[in-house]
Amino acid sequence: MAFEGLADRLQHTIQKIKGKGKVTEQDVKEMTREVRLALLEADVNFKVVKDFIKRVKERAVDQEVMESLTPGQQVIKVVKEELTDLMGGDQSKIAVADRPPTVIMMVGLQGAGKTTTTGKLANLLRKKYNKQPMLVAADVYRPAAINQLETLGKQLDMPVFSLGTEANPVDIANQAIEQAKNEHHDYVIIDTAGRLHVDSDLMDELQQIKSNVTPDEIFLVVDAMTGQDAVNVADSFNEQLDLTGVVLTKLDGDTRGGAALSIKAVTDKPIKFAGMGEKLDELEAFHPERMASRILGMGDVLSLIEKAQDNVDEKRAKELEEKMRSASFTFDDFLEQMDQVKSMGPLEDLIGMIPGANKMKGLKNVQFDDKQLSHVEAIIQSMTKAERQDPSIMNASRKKRIAQGAGRSVSEVNRLLKQFNEMKKMMKQMSGMQKGKKGKKGKGFNFPFM
Amino acid sequence: MSFFKKLKDKFTGNSENEEVSDKYKEGLSKTRNSFSSKINDLVARYRKVDEDFFEDLEEILISADVGVSTVMDLIDELKMEVKRQNIKDSAKVKEVISEKLVEIYYGEEDDQVEELNIKDNELSVMLFVGVNGVGKTTTIGKVAHKLKQEGKNVVLAAGDTFRAGAIDQLQVWGDRVGVEVIKHNEGSDPAAVIYDGVQAAKSRNADVLLCDTAGRLQNKVNLMNELSKVKRVIEREIPGAPHEVLLVLDATTGQNAMSQAKTFSESTDVSGIVLTKLDGTAKGGIVLAIRNELQIPVKLVGLGEKVTDLQTFDANAFVYGLFADMLEEQE
Repeated sequence: MAFEGLADRLQHTIQKIKGKGKVTEQDVKEMTREVRLALLEADVNFKVVKDFIKRVKERAVDQEVMESLTPGQQVIKVVKEELTDLMGGDQSKIAVADRPPTVIMMVGLQGAGKTTTTGKLANLLRKKYNKQPMLVAADVYRPAAINQLETLGKQLDMPVFSLGTEANPVDIANQAIEQAKNEHHDYVIIDTAGRLHVDSDLMDELQQIKSNVTPDEIFLVVDAMTGQDAVNVADSFNEQLDLTGVVLTKLDGDTRGGAALSIKAVTDKPIKFAGMGEKLDELEAFHPERMASRILGMGDVLSLIEKAQDNVDEKRAKELEEKMRSASFTFDDFLEQMDQVKSMGPLEDLIGMIPGANKMKGLKNVQFDDKQLSHVEAIIQSMTKAERQDPSIMNASRKKRIAQGAGRSVSEVNRLLKQFNEMKKMMKQMSGMQKGKKGKKGKGFNFPFM
Repeated sequence: MSFFKKLKDKFTGNSENEEVSDKYKEGLSKTRNSFSSKINDLVARYRKVDEDFFEDLEEILISADVGVSTVMDLIDELKMEVKRQNIKDSAKVKEVISEKLVEIYYGEEDDQVEELNIKDNELSVMLFVGVNGVGKTTTIGKVAHKLKQEGKNVVLAAGDTFRAGAIDQLQVWGDRVGVEVIKHNEGSDPAAVIYDGVQAAKSRNADVLLCDTAGRLQNKVNLMNELSKVKRVIEREIPGAPHEVLLVLDATTGQNAMSQAKTFSESTDVSGIVLTKLDGTAKGGIVLAIRNELQIPVKLVGLGEKVTDLQTFDANAFVYGLFADMLEEQE
């Protein structure tokens, strides 16, 4: 499939940029190009893509991102944030009218799945919210559309209001509301006929229904496979009817569903539900985050991005690196760094995130022992402030007190102190090496907890 | 002779062609307005043919759902052509654009209208397949009408036993057009319905049997297997049948249409496409890529809701429809 190739390429570009300590504008350009292609292949409208790429570029070449310690990761983070932002948050609530019944109007193009969705929505209202909906067959144009809704009503054991194909849809809607009031239905779902957004007569009809029954919700039902035209359709329906939400159908297919992004962008109305199958219970709340990954075709890429996102406080990390360079690194700094490391997950995976450490050869394929880590922590926490700032004041009685406080032996305290000193020495060498001086090759760099 | 001249001659020469092109012009008026006005805007905005020009052209084509990779290829070719012919005037590029679009569709082959394969004096079977909501049943109603007008004896088989009301919907069409509908109850085996349809068509000496099937998303393996079975039943009963397997595509569908064409072809060996709902603002540009990549021609297009709005597809007429405004301006 074409888009699988695209997703691969996108992944590749992201991988490449992720580890970069320095990101050029060219890198950003290359990556946004791939993102653009992926979005277009997914049927996101080209105008929406254009705006999106523009925003990503602006933010990505921003000073803060470029000068951050991990610019590669920052750029990816920007892409993800913008994408999720565009998709909006979870909003699958349905309005409740002050005085029942709550009226929901289903509108959309032919074949989008309005009638099926009407049945599914009624089912959801009853099952999840314990409501008693009534269905209204207002599609008098398509042959057997009324039969279809009546059959669904039978399957669900729910009342369907219809006046046959000769009646006017506006009258049908009016009378249906009256009957719903009399029979104390709390929800009325009106299934209207599919129509083109450019068919002014039929769009007028919808406006008339709207002004007559003043619906609490007007849902645009859209086929998830819709292409570039989704913006025209959604925009037009929204302009003429002021939609309250969108239902995306046929999402159980293999479409990437870029239409979702387009519709959200042009109407700014929430996508509330997604049709996930042919059965009547297969209507789900819409998950913008999942949709974002699906559109980019990179479920695992997104989780990768998440991991790559800096758990490290950028500013502190930079300070730490400065301290390491100037060798004014103290036990306090050390403790803080350890805390950050621990909060990020398995140590082996995270070595690369310790500033400077990914440049050290010896640190690859290192095994860490988490238990030792907590011993080290205990020892440092047993030190006084002065000792942490300046370990050189350490004498036998101090060491003994620390060992007792931490519940470890004095020899362990000694080992930590020795390793800490070695580490500081190494840092000095390292910063020297990084500056290009040919440093002496040390005997290997060991963290005190290794 | 210039490309436009050729087109114009072709469609103004005789009355039958004129009628066809009028239909296209009418049905595609919305499509055409937006598409060709964009091309015109583009041409008006740019005196010179430069990078910006091509970038905008790329966007116009992408907005027609032609698909990114096809567009990229097309733009590359256009650039070559512009260089080769040393075109500096953007107005001239219009012609090259439409020429290339037709060329993408036909590839190396001659541009010919691909008619439905209907045998004389023997039963021809057509199977209609596609995803949900593309307009299969409506298309069958329209095709039945068309064939009936041509004096053919038509039988319909209600193979969509799944969707609520689908059988009724086909029956309404049968009544309207005045042809017989072979049907079972909702939920019954579609292959059995089609089998009965074949038998009924044979015994009634029908000319054409049109088989409806339930809409199904192409990634549902079970449902696709069911469709293969339906096709096998037809093959077994009549050698050489089905004579057409028509994939019905919704013009508003984006790049997923390619996946639909591929998968449905794998399970039922699709012989042609019916492109529906072309009377909206959608362009259905993906058919260019489908024809180009899978060699599946578009045979019919739905240009409106009326029963007579289903037309034989002609790529030249299609392009003519898209560019009609521009052609008229050139006069």
